[in-house]
Formats: sequence, structure tokens, C-alpha cells
Amino acid sequence: MTRASPLRRHVPVVLACFGLMVAAIVTAPLVGSTSISLSRAFSRSVPFADNVDAQIFFIARLPRALAAALVGGTLAAAGVVFQGLLRNPLATPYTLGVSAGASLGAMLAITFGSTWMIGGVASASLAGAFVAVAVVFALASARHRGLSTTVLLLAGVTLNAFFSALILFVQYLSDFADTFRALRWLMGDLDVGSYTPILAALPLVGVAFAGFAWLARPLNLLSIGPEAASSRGVPVERAHRVAFFTASLATGAAVSVGGPIGFVGIIVPHLVRLVIGADHRLVLPASAFFGAAFLVGCDVLARLVLAPLELPVGIITALVGGPFFLWLLIRRA
Amino acid sequence: MLTADRLTFAYDRTPVVEDVSLRIGSGAIVGVLGPNGSGKTTLLRLLSGGLAPASGHVELDGGRIRSISRRALARRVAIVPQETSLAFDYSVIEVALMGRYPHLGTFEIEGPADLAAVMGALEATGTAALADRQFRTLSGGEKQRVVIAAALAQIDGEGPPPILLLDEPTASLDLKYQFEVAALVRRLHAARGITIVLSTHDLRFAASVCTQVVLLSRGRVLADGSTSEVLTPALAGKLFDVDPSLVAPLLPATGASA
Repeated sequence: MTRASPLRRHVPVVLACFGLMVAAIVTAPLVGSTSISLSRAFSRSVPFADNVDAQIFFIARLPRALAAALVGGTLAAAGVVFQGLLRNPLATPYTLGVSAGASLGAMLAITFGSTWMIGGVASASLAGAFVAVAVVFALASARHRGLSTTVLLLAGVTLNAFFSALILFVQYLSDFADTFRALRWLMGDLDVGSYTPILAALPLVGVAFAGFAWLARPLNLLSIGPEAASSRGVPVERAHRVAFFTASLATGAAVSVGGPIGFVGIIVPHLVRLVIGADHRLVLPASAFFGAAFLVGCDVLARLVLAPLELPVGIITALVGGPFFLWLLIRRA
Repeated sequence: MLTADRLTFAYDRTPVVEDVSLRIGSGAIVGVLGPNGSGKTTLLRLLSGGLAPASGHVELDGGRIRSISRRALARRVAIVPQETSLAFDYSVIEVALMGRYPHLGTFEIEGPADLAAVMGALEATGTAALADRQFRTLSGGEKQRVVIAAALAQIDGEGPPPILLLDEPTASLDLKYQFEVAALVRRLHAARGITIVLSTHDLRFAASVCTQVVLLSRGRVLADGSTSEVLTPALAGKLFDVDPSLVAPLLPATGASA
């Protein structure tokens, strides 16, 4: 009896997710309250300064679509890794306090001095994420040789609550305009306005994805439990550490670009697993591609629903994602 | 040859395994027999190299087990825990393929040889027909056999004969399944020359499959020897703290002095 590896059966789905992502990124800049033509946007006969279509395409909408793809793909993949690390399909990229730290950093920058800070709100949120990660890691590895995932979860949830309290405190101290900006940031918004934030986040995301590639197989084995994984030859402590740090890094980078956009990191992996099963070697790339396409799509919706008004995308992902997720849970139960 | 030399282990200062020395010859079927809480599981984990003893050491063919690389050790020694639950929904063949982890490079994908090893292991445990089912949907007995198949796939390869450690393979399973596991253990031993170490509190099961029995009482070795020497009403009664006359009917006629 000859069999092919079950891995190969689902490779076409991963490729389809990739195609979907590319299609979303190319289509999204064409859609909006002002209609533009692709041929005019790419036309060389009109100088760029006079070509309104090209300006809308390349300056207003393309960076936004790319930011959506980067953030969506990164959050979805980080969600997969956190779920594998914590052995819990309900974990999100925000479960361990990374986004709470990032939010606190952003709030501090908005309230007390984004004007003099290098990189402004984005780098402050990244710094906040790193602080949260360091605190959670120190707590979770304090009494064990390796990382205790139970303590990790408890520390993360507690830190989330504590940082939320600090965020409210900072909000209380800030004036009207800052509070408005802070609230907008917390809603999650992809109106980046240039390529700079994307390029700044790219190296961090690249490092994280290199870690994810190494993690795919160890995460499969961690699913049967750390001890059983270790007896099969998996370096469990190293896998735990790599998973925690790379997924946190990815989440911090994504949040620094788009704010704490919710639901992508849990819905996308869940949907992907429904179609292709649980093998992380497939779930990770498929989630990254599909997450990118999903957030680009949500952002198009955000720009269209109340056009010409543009909604923060976080509202759309929550409005679309929440009920959809409930429907999934009920259907499966 | 697996040897344990004066092993001691404690969880939070409560000693679980104390001063245990054992010799497990190549090709033996060794039963670690003892009541609940006697340290059987801990002893198996120490023998597998997954747990570091507080003092003493385990040697595999004369080399310290903790100094063998994780992957090399995994290709030689596999342990099947009492229960396995998955965090995500993998199919049976995916679970069995996880056994091939120590045979593959970091980014290597399972090849025909790995699939052959896995299908052979599923067939040996009578679970080949379940290959495409979701592991979650199997019965307890089926799950156990699939995990044994993954362990067989793990130790399938070139080199000296491997060692399979089974933790309570018959606990909480019905009589029919107990017979099946006994038959499976004998088959694996005969067909593949695998050394098997299993823990159990089932006297009859130990008597029916083991060539060597170690009686473990409160973390210490009460007796160690061939099955017929060790499984006497007197020793078994002492082990379980019951009257020998109650134990005698559970033991096979041969070897029992009563």
C-alpha cells in the first residue's frame, strides 16, 4: 500500500491562499470613494505630479493595502504560534499581554511626548510591547528551568488587566485632543499614509517568520504534550522560547503599524484549520496568506461602508469577526 | 542493555523513586509491577531519559543516557504515556508520522521510507484502517494503539535493537483490549526483537506477557527476577498489602508455589 504524505494533499490550498492575497493587494487600491483606472495610474504619458489616479493608487491606497496585508498576515501567523505554544485554539496574539504593553506605550507617547520621540507612536508601542514580553517571560521562567505555559498564561492575563488599568490612568491625565487620538489608535487603523511604517516593521516581521518556519514541526509535536514531544526528540524548551519571542515580536511589530486590530489572529487560523487540518507546516503559511487577504478585504469594507468616511478597520474586523466566530462555534458544537 | 544504578527521584522533597538499581537485558519483556503511587510512571520516565534523577544514573549500552543527544536517544528509546490528548485535530496518520521526527532534518518532509515505516507500524498495531480518521474520534483502546504505532515508527531504523516503554498500557481498558495489548506486546517482541518495559498493577497481565518482573513498593525494589521467581503469592501479597491466599488464584499455576 503506497501513500503520499498527507502534507502534499493540501498544498494547493496554501497556494490558493497566496493567490487570494495577491489578488486582494492588487484589487484593493482600485476600490474606493473615488474611482480610478489602473491603466491611467500606470500611464507614463502623464507626469506623476499631475497624475491624480497614480497619486491615489501609489500614495493613498497601495501603502494602506500593503499595511493591511502585512498586519493581517503577521497577526494570523502569530495567532497560530501562540495557539500552538499554549496548546489552546482560543489563544490570540494578545493573550499574553503584548498588545496591552504596546497600547500603553502608544498612550504614553500620545499623551506625554510623541513630538520629541524618535519614530513617534509606533516605536513607543513597540517599546511597550517589549516591556510586556520581558515581564511575562521573567515571571514564567522564574521558578522553572523551561517556560511554564500555565504561568505564561496567568502572567499574560494578569499583565493585560494591569496594563489596561494603566492605560485608563494615562487617558485620565491626557487632554481632549490626545484622548481622541489615543482612542482612534486603540480602534486599530491602517491609514499609514506612507511606506515608512511598513518598511520599519518588515525586518522584525522577517525575523519572526524565520522563527515560525523553524517552529512548524516542533509545534505539531507540542500538540501531544511537552513531555511526549521531548521523548520524540523535540528540543521543547528551545521551541517554547522561540515561539514566545518570535510570536511576540511579530505581534509587537504588527500592532505598531495598525494598532491592536482584533479577531484576525483567532478567526483566520480557525478557518484555515477547518479546511486543511492541524499540520502547522500548512496552517502557518496558509494563515499568513489568508490573514493578509482577510485584513485587506476588511480594510476595503472599512473604506466603503460609510464612504467617503473611512472607518477604523478594527471596528470592521470585530463586527464581521465576532458574529462569524460565534456562528462557527455553534455550528461545530 | 538498559541499566539503572541507584536511581533516586523526588517531587518537592517527597521521594518517589529511591535507590532503584535494575538491569534490563536486550530482548526482555520487563514488567514493573506495583500498586498505585508506587513510582512506576516516574521510574519509566527516568529509564526513558526524559526525567533527570536526583542521584544515580541510567545507562544505555554502557553510556549515560542523559549525555546521548535527544534525537539519537529518540531513535532508540520510545515511551508511550498512559493517556494522550491532542490540542488540535490531527488525523491518525499525522499522529503516527510525528514519530518520525528524530529521523528528519529541520525542514525535511516525510519521504516514502517514513510513510512505509508508519504504515508498517499502523498495521502491526491493527490500526491501518483508521489512518484517515481524526485521532479525537477514536476509542481509548484505539488511541493507545495509534500512539504505540507512533512510538514504533519512532524507533524503526538501522542500529541496535530499540527499547519501548509502555506506561500502564492496560489501565482503564476492558478485558478484550487487555488481551489485545498482551498479544500485541508478544508480537512486537517476537517479530521486531524490541525490548519492552511496561508498568502495570495487573498481576495477571504481568504474568502472561513478562519474562522479567520488578516489584516496586513505595519507590523501592521489593523483588526483581524472572517472572516465575518473583510472582509468588507471598511476594505479590506483600506488594499489594493483601493476604497471599487472596493473590494466589490470580497467578498462573506454574511458578506459583502455593
